[in-house]
Amino acid sequence: MEILVCVRRVPDTSENEIQLNAAGNDIERDDLVYSINEWDNYAVEEALQIVSRIGGTVTVATVGGEDDEEVLRREMAMGATHGVLISDDAFAGSDARGIATILKAFVQKGKYDLILTGVQAEDGGALVGGMLAAMLDYPFASLVNSIEVLDQKALKISREIAGGNKEINEIDLPCVLSIQTGINEPRYVGMRGIRQVASIPIPTLGAPELGLDPQSIGVSAAKIQRVDYFTPAMGKGAEMLQGSREEIVEKLFELVAAKGGLK
Amino acid sequence: MSRIFAYIVHKAGVADDSAMELAAAARKLDPTASVTAIIAGTAPDLDAVSNGLRNSYGETWKINNEALGYPNAELVRQAMVKVLPAGSIVLVAHEHFGIDLAPGLSVRLNAACVSDVLAIDGLTGSTLKVVRQEFGGQISAHVNCDISGGAVITVRPGAFKPLETVAANGNVIDKSSEVGVLTAKRRYLGMVVAEAGDVDITKHSVLVSIGRGIQEKDNVAIAEELAEALGAAVSCSRPVVDAKWLEKSRQVGTSGKTVKPKVYLACGISGAFQHLAGIKGNPFLIAINKNPKAPIFQVADVGIVDDLLEFLPEFTNKVREMRSVSTK
Repeated sequence: MEILVCVRRVPDTSENEIQLNAAGNDIERDDLVYSINEWDNYAVEEALQIVSRIGGTVTVATVGGEDDEEVLRREMAMGATHGVLISDDAFAGSDARGIATILKAFVQKGKYDLILTGVQAEDGGALVGGMLAAMLDYPFASLVNSIEVLDQKALKISREIAGGNKEINEIDLPCVLSIQTGINEPRYVGMRGIRQVASIPIPTLGAPELGLDPQSIGVSAAKIQRVDYFTPAMGKGAEMLQGSREEIVEKLFELVAAKGGLK
Repeated sequence: MSRIFAYIVHKAGVADDSAMELAAAARKLDPTASVTAIIAGTAPDLDAVSNGLRNSYGETWKINNEALGYPNAELVRQAMVKVLPAGSIVLVAHEHFGIDLAPGLSVRLNAACVSDVLAIDGLTGSTLKVVRQEFGGQISAHVNCDISGGAVITVRPGAFKPLETVAANGNVIDKSSEVGVLTAKRRYLGMVVAEAGDVDITKHSVLVSIGRGIQEKDNVAIAEELAEALGAAVSCSRPVVDAKWLEKSRQVGTSGKTVKPKVYLACGISGAFQHLAGIKGNPFLIAINKNPKAPIFQVADVGIVDDLLEFLPEFTNKVREMRSVSTK
């Protein structure tokens, strides 16, 4: 099975506190640690597991800039067969629809049975996968938390719905699935693994190679634009316990006891 | 102004709670607009839902089609494309159905699409300004949306206070004949209900709940020791289940369990809305987190900024000490 996984490099929220910058119009980007978008990493692992069961290749692609090559390298170190950087100044300011338009052009240059994305990006809205599917006229399922390959033509998948319940579907290939965290246990990638793939060339494709009309992408086509970031006004906010750890422990015990927290 | 529609999710003949929230969001978008509810499914459930909605929507369109016994987003999308007028604005709740429906519907309608909207700041000309959150709720963003060609907007459940003023005797219009045959490349097979698990966290009045801040599986014991001292149960947020440190049955949140404890200790939990949505009954909420800016501190009653791997064992010792004193 030929599988494409669309990935992104994002600020890592487990490594960073995301804060407003001094100008108040963007997040503070100095010293941010970036990594693979968490959902996308599960998607790559799932693709690798499918291929190890039934054969095929895994291609990872990202729409971004030079800096984003590092996440392609990382996913190749996990075992992805190919990495492709889709990059062009004309892509700047694209909204989810623009990104999906770019990916559609890329998909149509190859032949993929299955396309995976993460459910959402840390700074995104869970839109690109579903848009891409509609543009390709492929079926789509979001929040996928298990995949079983039935045959060359169809998969049996489950979707995570409310309350931990699962909705089971059969879906025809080719299709687009958005992958939920927890579907598998992504393998560890060490520095050594990344060094081993360091010399593999990663091709870069731009708007001309993909035959994209500049009017259909980038800021001019975007109907959605982020104006600024802000920190919302706090609700009533918590009463912060102050003092030494010993004092706080004392205070907390009294509070817990008073609120019926001792059974 | 374009027409506003709210797609209403329903189950067993009853509209989802989000129905009134979408009506409120529509009012915020355009206070003068009349808003039409759209429901899809099969009779007799559909008739029960449409009757219920007559008290909250001036008009309800129902789409009765045998293929919609289980409303699959691909089928609903086809039906909506057939009935919606050009330039429509469609609202739908941001949950598993809306996440499936919205992106593809916006492509088919050639409309703008913005998801997981928390607040609507206002409309200037055809530019709608909304509020979203990013990075797990650590920061918010204002987003402009050009709705001149229509829009599909998913609305975060619980973000809009349900409207109290209601329409009486709204009209129900049957749109089924405009839809025709619906076919999908994805077929619903059934439902698998979540496993019960070893501990029922919904029955406990005190929960020691752990998140990503617990850092590794071996540290879960630190929370278990505190829970034992308190007579509480250990629950968790999503990352702990994703990492397989605890069973899914211990997860609190929209994709886990809904709990109603008296006291909730959120330990190393950032406070994403998907987690908070699973905490009901207004418990006394204590947050322990080393990040002083964690969103959990906005909703907690009491906050402690500390390393929970050091703080929890000391607190456990305190609880043991005090309890042994009180039983002597």
